[in-house]
Amino acid sequence: MRVIVNQVAYELPNESVITDALSLIEAKPPYAVAVNLQFVPKTKHGEYLLNENDQLEVIAPVTGG
Amino acid sequence: MTAPLPNNLNSADALVLYGESFASRLLLGTSRYPSPQVLEDAVQASNPAMITVSLRRQGSATAEVHSGFWDLLKKMAVRVLPNTAGCHSPQEVITTAQMAREVFETDWIKLELIGDDYTLQPDTLRLVQTAETLIKDGFKVLPYCTEDLIVCQRLVDVGCQAVMPWAAPIGTGQGPLNPYAMKLLRDRLSVPLLVDAGLGLPSHACTVMEWGFDGVLLNTAVALSEDPVVMASAFAKAVDAGRSAYLSGAMQPQESAQASTPLVGTPFWHQS
Repeated sequence: MRVIVNQVAYELPNESVITDALSLIEAKPPYAVAVNLQFVPKTKHGEYLLNENDQLEVIAPVTGG
Repeated sequence: MTAPLPNNLNSADALVLYGESFASRLLLGTSRYPSPQVLEDAVQASNPAMITVSLRRQGSATAEVHSGFWDLLKKMAVRVLPNTAGCHSPQEVITTAQMAREVFETDWIKLELIGDDYTLQPDTLRLVQTAETLIKDGFKVLPYCTEDLIVCQRLVDVGCQAVMPWAAPIGTGQGPLNPYAMKLLRDRLSVPLLVDAGLGLPSHACTVMEWGFDGVLLNTAVALSEDPVVMASAFAKAVDAGRSAYLSGAMQPQESAQASTPLVGTPFWHQS
């Protein structure tokens, strides 16, 4: 199954969840996740089933104005 | 992010936003400093009510550069105000705000919905509805907007308890470009007004505070100065000076000269 994480394509087994994708990119806390432009709270990362061509955004804190 | 509130003090003239009091009327951005140490020193020198922060993709060049930023935030222990900088659609704003709420553990959000990449002018046509959606989702929204009276009024109508009109486009440092509209805003709106963006000098900050604005949010004017730590302190003093001047009630300008020194008893008066 193909998913896009931070604009990079990855292959994941079917029925993978967000946590699997986070492991794939070695995400370091703190982070937050959106799938297809919808926020997914961290309490759901272990159960949210990904679908083919889902687009994940994994974000980190940075400076801002 | 939960942090102590060094500015949440009992002050006779506190800035009150969404029911919370802040001793400082300066909000400071955290971008574009020469180094994290300079940022930390500038924050210490100016003691802002909040510092603004943002979110970027993990693994991106921006996020990698800022890999130590989280630790610095915890060390500084200043209230953070996440922004939605770079968002071009209401859904991007809403999702970014929700992610920021989880990462920074705060309901506060600086709403930025960009309508034009060249001027970074906010998309005022979609700003109001976006603010309303965020407020209904429990956010304390501080919207970055233009100085347009109707836009600001509509933001208040949908529940914004403060609004943040620009003085000039972000990062230009030009100071208030439309004094008439900004003074009109102050006259017509009773909610706290924070000038966000476009200030370049402490005198700009002092001026808008003298007009009755309740605070200022700035970044570039400090970060890109030759000595950001001293400049941060200068802005803090200017904000305080402007606020004091506003509360003191300025004299009315006069058309003709009026001697300050008493004329009665002037020696040699009419002797020639």
